[in-house]
Amino acid sequence: MLTYFQIYLFIAFAAITAFYAYRGYNRIYKNIKLGKPENLTDNPSQRLRNMLLVALGQKKMFKNMTPAILHLMIYVGFVITQVELIEVFIDGFTGHHRIIYHAVENIPALRSFYVFTISFIEVISIFVFIATVAFLTRRWLLKVPRLNMPELQGFPIIDATIILASEIYLLTCIFSMNTADMAMHNGEYGFLVSGMLMPLFDGMTYTSIHYVERIGWWGHLFGVFAFLCYLPYSKHLHILLAFPNTYFARLTPKGYIANMPEITKEIKLMMNPDAAYAAPAEQPAEPVKFGAKDVFDLSWKNLMDAYSCTECGRCTAACPANQTGKLLSPRKIMMDTRDRLEEVGSKIADNKGVWNDDGKSLIENGYISVEELRACTTCNACVEECPVMISPLDIIVQLRRNLIMEESNAPAEWTGMFANMENNGAPWQFSQQDRLNWVKE
Amino acid sequence: MLNVKTMADYAAANEMPEVLFWVGCAGSFDQRAQKVTRSFVKILQHLNIKFAVLGSEESCTGDPAKRAGNEFVFQMLALQNIEVLNGYGIKKIVTTCPHCFNILKNEYPSLGGNYEVLHHATYLQQLIDSGRIKLTDTAAFKGKKITYHDSCYLGRANEIYEAPRKVLEELDAELVEMKSCRTKGLCCGAGGAQMFKEDEPGKKRINIARTEEALETDARVIAAACPFCNTMMTDGVKAKDKQAQVKVFDIAELLAAGQGLETIQL
Repeated sequence: MLTYFQIYLFIAFAAITAFYAYRGYNRIYKNIKLGKPENLTDNPSQRLRNMLLVALGQKKMFKNMTPAILHLMIYVGFVITQVELIEVFIDGFTGHHRIIYHAVENIPALRSFYVFTISFIEVISIFVFIATVAFLTRRWLLKVPRLNMPELQGFPIIDATIILASEIYLLTCIFSMNTADMAMHNGEYGFLVSGMLMPLFDGMTYTSIHYVERIGWWGHLFGVFAFLCYLPYSKHLHILLAFPNTYFARLTPKGYIANMPEITKEIKLMMNPDAAYAAPAEQPAEPVKFGAKDVFDLSWKNLMDAYSCTECGRCTAACPANQTGKLLSPRKIMMDTRDRLEEVGSKIADNKGVWNDDGKSLIENGYISVEELRACTTCNACVEECPVMISPLDIIVQLRRNLIMEESNAPAEWTGMFANMENNGAPWQFSQQDRLNWVKE
Repeated sequence: MLNVKTMADYAAANEMPEVLFWVGCAGSFDQRAQKVTRSFVKILQHLNIKFAVLGSEESCTGDPAKRAGNEFVFQMLALQNIEVLNGYGIKKIVTTCPHCFNILKNEYPSLGGNYEVLHHATYLQQLIDSGRIKLTDTAAFKGKKITYHDSCYLGRANEIYEAPRKVLEELDAELVEMKSCRTKGLCCGAGGAQMFKEDEPGKKRINIARTEEALETDARVIAAACPFCNTMMTDGVKAKDKQAQVKVFDIAELLAAGQGLETIQL
């Protein structure tokens, strides 16, 4: 009876998880699709290489050794633990207990392989525990500067802590489950770490140890299900999006900022006025807007960047403007883009899929301020640092274009500079005829 | 008075130069950068390299406008420049400015301007590697510490980190690195059109932060490969009142001095 009850409970849990997870991930997918199209499918072999090296191999993390090693522990632990989860899932659906173990227990080679695998997971889990405690220490006790900046106050720092706390919760469940299981079977499985923890249950009755085992098993499962549903609302989504985000990262040199073809067309008409008469003016369906003012004006890749951001702040720590006390923080650019996209997405969802202008935009309105945009030196330090190949600079430049070309919002010195460039072909007020004056010593 | 031929001169004589030297606005007008332009030209002339400049036919590449967000002004200038360059059938360009280099190399092609573009760090390194540049006057540098400041538009933007360092290694000086260098190099504060406006409010200016890193190395010379970095670092050294102890030079000036084409007091 109890077995059937547990199977039904498992299936019910799995179904609820599937429903909520689908809703969460579908929301992200729809929101990313609000961005403008951009073709990033050329050179698939180089893209695959980037994904394997940077996402799977974590190449860019190793610029900074201590966090890289700690992060690697959690990453490897997370991936390896999924192996044990496979058995947990089969057991859950079938009502068996350690179905794989019992299938192989009489085949010595496979049995040892099973025991080795679970023991290996247990050892890795110890490292995950150490790394998680180290991360909590860095964030809360050592107060590493990039993990304690103004843009992290409120939900972001709670989110980070929830993720770390749930790691510890999951580890506790796994060890309770394995150790109790070992204790119930007099150490028959021979798992390494839980074997050492077994004495903890000395003096407990079989029934109470069984309860511990069940609590561990269900607790672990519940944790995994909750984690899956929480992920699309968390910065932790990077564990999935790091892969497509590195695959679709731009392959052009970092110094390249794309030219705007709609402007090329206008300038060519200006330079050759005859062409303007020859070709009938096409009436664009809606007036062309230059640069980006809101999330719709950014490319889908900019929006995927925003969802891939883990808020680690390597970009901000490397930013020369931020280092010298300016308001600009590249991480905040990504967080604001994501938060505005979330706001837009939920308003569209509330309005049955239709967007009504809410009178706000990504610039100002509590999101990215003009002062932040102005402070960027376009030095690419943020782009270089990002472990998942996000470009905050690409968003900054597109927002700057809106300020200059749509709002005519430029500091006075820039207005003068633009005028000089237009009139004398130099940012300063010198005559173009004097460009060779340097030959005179 | 340097004797320099323009593309118009070459075209009139129905000749083509080996390479076009793109001087850039700073190199043309900024007094400090003009010196770098002259040093580079002296090296070219010393090696009998057939080069031309555009002179009054050259315009700003449009970099500060583009980075500030004014794509109109950028493309206007770019399309004019491309018309001039393509009109002369230019194939190869060398420039002493990383901003000109980046934009000519990366952003002109899709507007119809396709050239082989080199920054002078790479160009000089090639001349050294091929044995054309031989240093004769390195005594002044012997044992002196030089620190190279990575330009963002040369370094991260185009991944040129080694060429300027190789040029400096020729000088027999001691090359020392700043706390942040190469991919982690700290910006001088001039890029993205910051050169042409006041800083946003903050704790300090970026060029001061970078100069402090340079001063920590105890180097006698801060070597730059960009006219704007040069200005920023020179201003920083002045602000720290260290002009007597530390000098800022472009790699071309140092290399010209190493060939006895310029005199540098260290």
